[in-house]
Amino acid sequence: MTTPGEEQAVSSGFIRSYVITGGRGLPDAEGLSLVTLVTIAPDRQQPPNPSPEVRAIWELCSGGYLSVAEVAGHLELPVGVARLLLNDLADQGHLMRRKAPPPAQLVDRKILEEVLHGLHVRFG
Amino acid sequence: MDYTSGSAENIYVPDAVQRAAKILVVGHFAVGKTTLIGTLSEITPLRTEERMTQASAHIDDLRGAPDKVTTTVALDFGRLTLSDELVLYLFGTPGQQRFVELWEDMARGSLGALLLVDPARLADTFPVIDLVETYGLEYAVAVNSFDPYSRHAEDELREALDLLPDTPVVYCDARDEKSSAQALIHLVQHLLARVA
Repeated sequence: MTTPGEEQAVSSGFIRSYVITGGRGLPDAEGLSLVTLVTIAPDRQQPPNPSPEVRAIWELCSGGYLSVAEVAGHLELPVGVARLLLNDLADQGHLMRRKAPPPAQLVDRKILEEVLHGLHVRFG
Repeated sequence: MDYTSGSAENIYVPDAVQRAAKILVVGHFAVGKTTLIGTLSEITPLRTEERMTQASAHIDDLRGAPDKVTTTVALDFGRLTLSDELVLYLFGTPGQQRFVELWEDMARGSLGALLLVDPARLADTFPVIDLVETYGLEYAVAVNSFDPYSRHAEDELREALDLLPDTPVVYCDARDEKSSAQALIHLVQHLLARVA
């Protein structure tokens, strides 16, 4: 990853998002943050006649936990669109999530100590 | 698509992991954010996009790509599993003022920010520092310098960037794993000192 094109737009157009979401507005970050870890709950049946995007999320997220950002990245969806589709699956009871860390003001020592320890172990 | 077998890497977070933490890698255009994330990430770094609802009036720093007006911004990110229970995500976050909406979203829940600086383009870092401070993010400065002869003396750089005395400044090579990890470790040590 040495290309400097860091801020270039990726691909998808507005119209594509509009179609995928059925024209609904995108939800804000409440509930599902970029790093909320999600997976499809075991023994759930895929909703009938899923859209290609919902089917893709289902297949991807049935294999284990991924962050919301990773789901978006793997499926090449804008974060907002992935979040909306995951919210739908959560509302239907299909999605399990790990709790997200507290907001920055409440960052506790314990998480930072764990991060520091982990970095030392990993990189010596 | 089959995501569980046949590929070189397992893309999933280990089953026992309960929590995900987030650190931002911030800096001006082309300073090396993506490189540093790629150097440290255990997964092939991913790219997604966030859509801005406001169109920007002008694009001032996509040099060599004039008239490319867009209201989406690419986010590159990577992942590090740090214990049985914890993963860390590193998000590259562009430093332009016109991305304030994105920053609100990115800053929420972040432990802090590693501010990458190109010593040859110090002025480009000012708006990024403004954003970091606006959102109340604790940060450490990592000078991404491949050439030791172009390195500013640390106090010169501190003065130019108007840094607080306790803001860490560390030199790193974003292409080098040890060096990049060391920069991240300095940041986390600083964050710990701030909550003590």
